[in-house]
Amino acid sequence: MSLGDVVASALILTGVALSITAGIGLHRFPDVFARMHAATKPATLGLVLVLAGAAIRMDQRGDVAKLLLVMALQFLTAPVGAHMVGRAAYRAGTELSPTTSCDELARDDAAGVHGREEAPHDGG
Amino acid sequence: MILVTSVALGGVVVAGLLCLLRLLRGPSLADRIVALDALLVLIVSGIAIDAARTGEGTYLEVLVVAALLGFVGTVNVARFIERRGA
Repeated sequence: MSLGDVVASALILTGVALSITAGIGLHRFPDVFARMHAATKPATLGLVLVLAGAAIRMDQRGDVAKLLLVMALQFLTAPVGAHMVGRAAYRAGTELSPTTSCDELARDDAAGVHGREEAPHDGG
Repeated sequence: MILVTSVALGGVVVAGLLCLLRLLRGPSLADRIVALDALLVLIVSGIAIDAARTGEGTYLEVLVVAALLGFVGTVNVARFIERRGA
């Protein structure tokens, strides 16, 4: 095994360990918002590490470019997607876990800072 | 490399089973879409690990398409939840 292979193996194994962490969190966390945390952050970092490990192993420059493209796409789309799912889940009235310590959005709604009614409704 | 990627693919399978469990148990539609999103990320990692194993880049286009389609699907289901309720 060359040095590149060793580095690639370490990156891939670390990434997979993070993916397993994400799976465990997804399974054990109490409500949608906590699960979203598990499914978005460690999973994204795990995927990026795996893609970096694979990129080290690739010979062709085009293959490396495709892997970097997927990395960039993941970094751009994961926060947007998680944000939209979280907003939709909150607006649809998903129950928060009883252990939630602070719901600032509900407090602001009650104080009329920016009520749910006033939120712009994108027609769709 | 074969041994390392075999272990890595096994780990991806374990993580995928945990995601599938959450997908089955729900309870809300938002939980399911979060689990599906994580599952798609795992599929992308699996294909990347396979590419690293064989050193062959034939399937890397699939990664780009899967990453984009997953985003579009997640956003659309989020909009659906927002209109219909969880």
